[in-house]
Amino acid sequence: MDTSDLKARLLEVAQRDFPLTPRPYKTLADRLGVAEDAVITAFREMTLDDELISRIGAVYRTGTVGASCLAALAVPENSLEKTAEFVGTFPEVNHNYRRDHPHWTLWFVVTAPDTAGRDAVLDRVEAETGLPLLRLPMVEAYHLDLGFPLR
Amino acid sequence: MTAVDRFPPLPDADMALVAALRDGLPLSHRPYADLGARVGMSEAEVLSRLSALAEAGIIRRFGAIVRHHEAGYRANAMVVLDVPDERVAEVGRTLGGEKAVTLCYRRVRAPGRWPYNLYAMVHGRDRAVVTAEVREMLARLGLARLPHDILFSTHRYKQTGGRYGRARGEA
Repeated sequence: MDTSDLKARLLEVAQRDFPLTPRPYKTLADRLGVAEDAVITAFREMTLDDELISRIGAVYRTGTVGASCLAALAVPENSLEKTAEFVGTFPEVNHNYRRDHPHWTLWFVVTAPDTAGRDAVLDRVEAETGLPLLRLPMVEAYHLDLGFPLR
Repeated sequence: MTAVDRFPPLPDADMALVAALRDGLPLSHRPYADLGARVGMSEAEVLSRLSALAEAGIIRRFGAIVRHHEAGYRANAMVVLDVPDERVAEVGRTLGGEKAVTLCYRRVRAPGRWPYNLYAMVHGRDRAVVTAEVREMLARLGLARLPHDILFSTHRYKQTGGRYGRARGEA
């Protein structure tokens, strides 16, 4: 199996139910008939070089771990790059996207251990940019994230 | 269906494990042992706590978290709708059950500034195809007359604040 086949197979089998065994990469390697180190190398490349995956980790049930909030800033076109860069400096910020809306152009998620920490970040973004900010916390989730089909 | 803000806090040991996992499972031969070393847990304890959190439904998914943009899903649509409050749960469950919808949430409105209270994410490889798919879906479900908008992402900005806060789930 060449490297790109191995990566594709890993993305098929490892997006959910990642092995909870002492040597999970070996468990996956045995299943696919390759060497443990080949699996580790493939994950390293997909994470660091290809940026195809952000990490191997957990998605939690909403509201059980930390406090998060979707937010949108009304950023004028000519200061989008600068503002996005500033927002991106907060370690609590992720999913920092530009979206095509006439007014609400910068969308991001703030996640902190508790609501006070979360709100403090939103307050700072609002105060330091001086821009209108939407705070859109979740009320209810209606869908389970089951990962992406890649074929 | 998941309501938020109704859960007791996790025990400190579990929170420490959650924090240690934020940067991702180490890419080493004994990753759970290495993770445990950071929080003073044995490999066996780490495995048993993660299993328990999954069993309890607190961990909904454990595995590789794909960046959809880099995976070829370049048309990332956030569909937002203004649904009467008494119908939003029913509509949310219907939309959430659609094959094309990867995430579906109810969120608070911002009165006067942002009227929408229901969000559905639809990912695809092509913007025109995704737009047609969303229009077809809303028409078929009888939702096209509700006020709605489709916001495509046009750029994902790099994280510069260190790895601590990188895409760890949704909000």
